Amino acid sequence: MTAAIELRAASRAFGPVIALDHVSLAIAPGEFFALLGPSGSGKTTCLRLIAGFDQPDSGEVLLDGEDVTGVPPFDRNVNTVFQDYALFPHMSVAENVAYGLRVRGVRTTERLKRAGEMLELVQLGSFGDRRPAQLSGGQKQRVALARALINQPRVLLLDEPLGALDLKLREEMQAELKSLQQRLGITFVFVTHDQGEALSMADRVAVFSQGRIEQLDTPRELYNRPRTAFVANFVGSANVVAAELAQALTGRRQPFAIRPELIDILAPGERVPDGAVSCQGTLLDVLYHGASSRCHVQIGPDSVLAVARPESASDDGALAKGARVRLAWRPESTVALESA
Amino acid sequence: MLSVLRRISAFFQGRNAFYVALLLAPPLLWLGTVYLGSLFTLLMQSFYAIDEYTARVVPKLTLATYRQLVTQPAHIDIVLRTVAMAIAVTIAAAIVAFPVANYMARHASPKMKAFFYVGVMLPMWTSYLVKVYAWRLILAKQGIVSWGFDALGLSPVLDQLLSLPVVGGPSLASSYLGMFIVFVYMWLPFMILPLAAALERVPRSLLQASADLGARPGQTFRNVVLPLALPGLAAGSIFTFSLTLGDYIIPSVVGAPGYFIGMMVYQQQGTAGNLPLAAAFSVVPIVLIALYLSLARRLGAFDAL
Repeated sequence: MTAAIELRAASRAFGPVIALDHVSLAIAPGEFFALLGPSGSGKTTCLRLIAGFDQPDSGEVLLDGEDVTGVPPFDRNVNTVFQDYALFPHMSVAENVAYGLRVRGVRTTERLKRAGEMLELVQLGSFGDRRPAQLSGGQKQRVALARALINQPRVLLLDEPLGALDLKLREEMQAELKSLQQRLGITFVFVTHDQGEALSMADRVAVFSQGRIEQLDTPRELYNRPRTAFVANFVGSANVVAAELAQALTGRRQPFAIRPELIDILAPGERVPDGAVSCQGTLLDVLYHGASSRCHVQIGPDSVLAVARPESASDDGALAKGARVRLAWRPESTVALESA
Repeated sequence: MLSVLRRISAFFQGRNAFYVALLLAPPLLWLGTVYLGSLFTLLMQSFYAIDEYTARVVPKLTLATYRQLVTQPAHIDIVLRTVAMAIAVTIAAAIVAFPVANYMARHASPKMKAFFYVGVMLPMWTSYLVKVYAWRLILAKQGIVSWGFDALGLSPVLDQLLSLPVVGGPSLASSYLGMFIVFVYMWLPFMILPLAAALERVPRSLLQASADLGARPGQTFRNVVLPLALPGLAAGSIFTFSLTLGDYIIPSVVGAPGYFIGMMVYQQQGTAGNLPLAAAFSVVPIVLIALYLSLARRLGAFDAL
């Protein structure tokens, strides 16, 4: 099957800054694909190359197997939902949505009818006459979505689509985007720095760091089998144990990651389970998060492990700041990482 | 000392209306009394008339002066000539200014942008009269422009231009064409600056969104850039239009001998001593600008504000 989108060794530098360093990836038709990474990691540059707002210095961009390197955005069958929505302030909501048809010369009555249908699709049927300035953030988001979808693109690009929304709305929109994508069956590519968003929505995630893809995998694989320290830390905020400390703990010079929720704090006097790895440390602080608490335990001069304790473990009286505690985890809970 | 300041600050804290009133009183007094007051007396003058025999202003309300303004063909000519020039200057200034402003707002590096802003404003640091007289020399029969045409072997083109009816004349310096060039030059900064400011406020993502949705650069310009630049274009055109309507120095130094509104006002209140007619002539630009603004508003020039 031909990939909907393919990058072949695409590179892009801005002066001395290398934004994208020989990145190759292929996205299947109908896939919900996330580009995840911290700011400056190259994920947005990657999206801009696909949209055509920017061109690679070297390498190729293919859409449906066709080389579109150098093709301007208006000749690509790809549409974008912008981070700031980029709604035209001087047009009504309906005119905004109909814009893609207008520039293709579709007649006014026809395009306003189709714009109305698109607005129904995003549940804003009665908002056509309003101006973008009269809408809330979530409504603008939906208008931007309807506007991008009216041209029936093969690929929809979303640049931090939920970044400006508050938490509750963001969760609603996550579910809505996911179901919309399944209904329409088109390829969604979205950029985010929020690992939770990437894990919950995407079929596959490419984790970017310093212009390169660190790991490209399904959310479950990324979370359970991170390959590098960066991925382990960025996705799921796992503890990364470097080679020296690993040798002291397990006897093997192999860096590994372990997630906070897989480490136990043993009660005073409790026996270390058979086969478990164990160490002593000083409790630095406890951050209460509701469903769980996050404890930071200093186990070496400059190594601190984060430990998640579920709310049900209600012996917190014993967990005073500065207390000596014993940690334990099962060896199979750890994930070996590539040596840096 | 400090505690006194503190007490004063504390007094103003929470007394917003008083604070605002104090701040606004001087400018309001200035605008209200000095500016609007004199404007009102000017308007009053235009409803008086002059006594034909004594050449004295008769302070009795009458429409005689306005009747004189709209019935004498010479007066109508002056108004039409001035308005035609103002319209031509405004359109030309907009056409010349747009690419410059667009470059400044969108494409120039910060250094280049500063250079352009200084370059646009630099002529305004020079005396207006010096520039007008300089232009008379530039456009004179033996001036640098005709010399340039001559050096390029294009003298016939210039002669052709000058032989055109109405706009032509014996030389650029004594034709409406020359006057037009000087007007456009003079008011160009007043068009470029508001236009650049308006274009700068258009987010880049809007242009990308337009292209993303399939609009070619020309369509993006027509559908997005131009409508959003309209407030700047309106502001700039109000400057160029009203400055041309009111100016009396450029038409008296450069160009054909036909009268303009400003010259008429100058002459009527001075040598001719017909203050009511001068006042009536000054009302014309006010009315025209008001009409222009309402038209611009109706066309949606301020919708994007």
